[in-house]
Parts: sequence; C-alpha cells; structure tokens
Amino acid sequence: MGAPIIEARGLRKSYGDFEALKGIDLIVRAGEVFCLLGPNGAGKTTTVEILEGHRDYDAGEVRVLGRDPQQHERALKARVGIVLQSAGVERFLTVEEAIELFRGYYPHPRPLDEILRIVGLEEKRESLIRRLSGGQVRRLDLALALAGDPDLLFLDEPTSGFDPSARRDAWEMIAGLRDLGKTVLLTTHYMDEAERLSDRLAVIADGRIVAEGTVASLRKQQAGTLISFRAPPPGILDGLDSRRLQDGRVTIETDEPTRILHQLTSRAASADLELEELRVAPTSLEDIYLKLTATEKAGE
Amino acid sequence: MNDFALALRQVRYQNRSFWRNPTVAFFTFLLPLIFLVILNALLGNNTDPIPGGEAKLAYFYVPSMAALSIINTCYTSLVMTISIARDDGVLKRVRGTPLPGWAYIFGRIIHTMLVMLLLVAIVVAFGAVFYGVDLPARTIPAFVVSVAVGAAAFSALGIALASFTPNAEAAPAVANATALPVLFISDVFVRLDNPPPWLATLGDIFPVKHLSEACQAAFNPFRTGSGFEWLDLAVVAAWGLAAALLAVRRFSWYPRE
Repeated sequence: MGAPIIEARGLRKSYGDFEALKGIDLIVRAGEVFCLLGPNGAGKTTTVEILEGHRDYDAGEVRVLGRDPQQHERALKARVGIVLQSAGVERFLTVEEAIELFRGYYPHPRPLDEILRIVGLEEKRESLIRRLSGGQVRRLDLALALAGDPDLLFLDEPTSGFDPSARRDAWEMIAGLRDLGKTVLLTTHYMDEAERLSDRLAVIADGRIVAEGTVASLRKQQAGTLISFRAPPPGILDGLDSRRLQDGRVTIETDEPTRILHQLTSRAASADLELEELRVAPTSLEDIYLKLTATEKAGE
Repeated sequence: MNDFALALRQVRYQNRSFWRNPTVAFFTFLLPLIFLVILNALLGNNTDPIPGGEAKLAYFYVPSMAALSIINTCYTSLVMTISIARDDGVLKRVRGTPLPGWAYIFGRIIHTMLVMLLLVAIVVAFGAVFYGVDLPARTIPAFVVSVAVGAAAFSALGIALASFTPNAEAAPAVANATALPVLFISDVFVRLDNPPPWLATLGDIFPVKHLSEACQAAFNPFRTGSGFEWLDLAVVAAWGLAAALLAVRRFSWYPRE
C-alpha cells in the first residue's frame, strides 16, 4: 500500500446554518484512483474543493502531500492538477498556447506533445479554444491539469453530461492516468464510473462518509442477494424484511436467498398465486449505493 | 522561470488573446475617437475661456478624450473583464496553479495599459493632425506622468470595483453607472460653466476631473513651464492608493455563490 497522499480527519464545514460536512475522515494513498461517490448536495464538491485549497474548512485536519491546502503554498500547487466541474480559459488562445501558458507555471512541466497525446487533442492543437466542442473542452481541462506533471490529480465529476461514447473515452483516459503512476481523487454520482475506475471508494451522504473500501469489500459488507417482484398479494410478505419501491416492486435483501425464496414461493404456490416479474440477482453497486444514501437521509 | 518573467508572459498571452477578438479591439479604440470627432464637429471651433486666455474647444476636447480613453480602458474594461473571468472560472483555475496571484493581475493590468497607451497616442496624434492641437515638447513629461498616474489609479479602481460586482451580467451596468455620471460633472464631455456648488464640489471629490485637468494643463497654449498639476495628480493618486488597498482586501478568485 502506498504512502498517504491525502489525509483528512474530522473535516467540518458549514454554510450559514447548513452543515455541509459533518466530520469527514479520508485517506487516499499514492498511486490509487480513489472515488468519492455520492448524490448531488452530499458534500462531494465541498470536500474536494477543501482538498484543492479552493475552500476553507471550519474544523478538522487536512494534509495533502503533507501540507495544509488552506495555506496556498506554491510548493503544494506545483504538485497538484485540478479539473474543476466548470472552469473557463482564455477562449481566444489556441489549444497549444493554453497548454504552453500553463506549462510555464510549473517547475517540472510534462512535454507538450505528450500531454496532447494523453488527452487526444493532437489534431486540434492549433484550433482556437472557442471553436472546440464541449467534449474537447473537457479534454483541454485535463490537459491543463496535466501541464505540471502533477503527482496528484483532482477530477470533479469529469464525465457529467457526457454521451456514452465520450464517457468511455474519458474512462480510458483516467485509467491511463493510473498507469502513469498518478494518484487520482475522483468525484462522481455515477455508480458504473466508480465501479469501473476506482481502486477504493468512499460513499458520502449528507455530509458524512457512510461507507468506504474497495468495490468488492463494499459488496461483502452488504447483503449479497436481491429478490424482487411486482405488487405482492397480501400475506406473502409476513415476517419478511422487505422494502416497497416507487414503481410498485418489492425488494428483499438477504444473505439466505435459498431459504427466503423457498418461503416466498411455497406461500405463493399454496395460494395458487404468481410472483410477477420475480427476479433474483446479486446486489449491484448501485443497489448498495442507493441503500446507503437512502438510509442516511431517513435517519435525519 | 522567475516570477517577473511569468508576469510578463501573462501580458504577452493577454495581448495575443485580446487582438484575436477583433470586435472588442475595434470598439475599444473606436469609442473615444467617435466622441472626439463628434464633439469637435459640434463645438470644436467655438472659443472658450481657459486658464490664461481664450482657445478653441479642440484644446479642451483632445486632452479630455485622452482622459476618457484612460478611464474607458483601464477602469470600465477592467471591471468587465475581471468580472467575466471570475464568473467563468478562469480566475479559479489560475488560483489552483502555482502562478502567483499578483502575476496574473499584473498581466491583466499591464495589457490593459498597453492598449490604453496606444489609444491615447492615437487620440493625441488625431488632435494634432485634424484639429491642430499640439502637445508642446516642454509639457510631454507632465502629460506622460499624468497618463501614467491616471492609468495606475483607474486600474486599481477597476480591480477594486470588480471585487464588488455580483456577477458578469451586472458588470457593464455597474461600470457604466459609476463612470458616466462622474464623467459628466468632471469637465470631460462638457465644460461646466457656473455649475451648482454641490455639483462642483462633487466633481472635485472624484478623481476624474483632476485627471482631466492634469491632461488639459499639458495642452494649454497659454501656459509656460512644465505643465505639471501636482495637486490634481495627488488627488488621483490618493484614490488609486485607496482603491488598491481595498482591492487587495476584497479581491476574490471565485464566482459569487
């Protein structure tokens, strides 16, 4: 396991009366892609912006590459690359000029041609930024973040608003960053993105970390199998821990699928009923995520 | 690269970016020249009492349009461009890099000043060629110093005001609403004859009139000597200094939430 690159302990932040972060603990280690997963408004961006140095925190302790980002030290900024959700750039510069401009800010910049290749903008190097498509601008965002050859890269919702093929391209690019030995902290509200990219992840909901680990360990922590079917007749669910979903389906999470299924089907069979749209499947990360973030909301 | 080289590099990139946007470049230069032509066409040959005697109004309009050029580029355009860059997240992105904040602001200000210098030079040349208003050699240093003090002060005022604009959309309104009324009571578009005392006092308080008068003194054909208006320059500089202090305290790299 690599050395800790990011350490946060008891991180708190309020906006007026609203407590955005209620004590976040986080460790990200060298060389891993760490994913901060959570619904909108959960505190992802606040957390990342504190780690980036863009936002002050009220309480707790933060170390990024051994330094406090709130101090705005150049030595720290020189080793960090940031892709914000939306950040402008001089639109009347060319791609190449903008990357050159940013390379000049850093003590050990990555060569221009390499950056263009990594983000796939070789063909557009002489285009004015104002003529780029939305997807190309996002590539440029990553290119500018890579200009200083950072050890640590922050990606705040890097694929929001992408079409499926653009997302796959972005995923390949991010996976490529891991191969370059970069440590990456990525926020997203897409389950599949976290599952696909992250070495470890933390689920954040309502200002708290509600789960942390690898995708596999997260799966293991939670019940393994999901049984679901449509609009059950009365009596079938007696004594079972079930949840009714908005679409009228009922789900049961269990570690004993055989026993529960037997109970359900024998009840249904003896009443001569059909369990419509009966489905049995291993819990997906999305199910786990929905459960984690929903419980947290209900617990308020 | 040392910090100063970085700051100069910012100027170069700002310049390149500016000249590639022809509409902005064109209108930045056109506006004061249009005013110069229209005001001179309307009133340029009328004579008017100025300190020392009577001179045609062109002697008033050339220096006052030079002052307008300084205010229009340094103040108005800085308020707008800084507000837009802040709203677009350009400033936030820069803030995340090791580039020192001052180097970025320096780049913006010096770029604006270069544009302003070119514009003032065009206004002065225009006045000499078309209206026979010459800048005497003996007052060139005074005029240069006045332009420099004005540029520095109004840049500082522009940055300070940009720290108060709520968003990019509001910036033009805020910039114009603060500049225009003051321009009208400050002997720039019209020379005020016997204004109500409160209006005259108001004009004396703000820096615009002092900059305009410092520029006019350099063009006054009846005066002898170097043409320095130290008191006016001191008032302009004081405003600039106060604005700079305010800007340092209030400046934000982040869009308002």
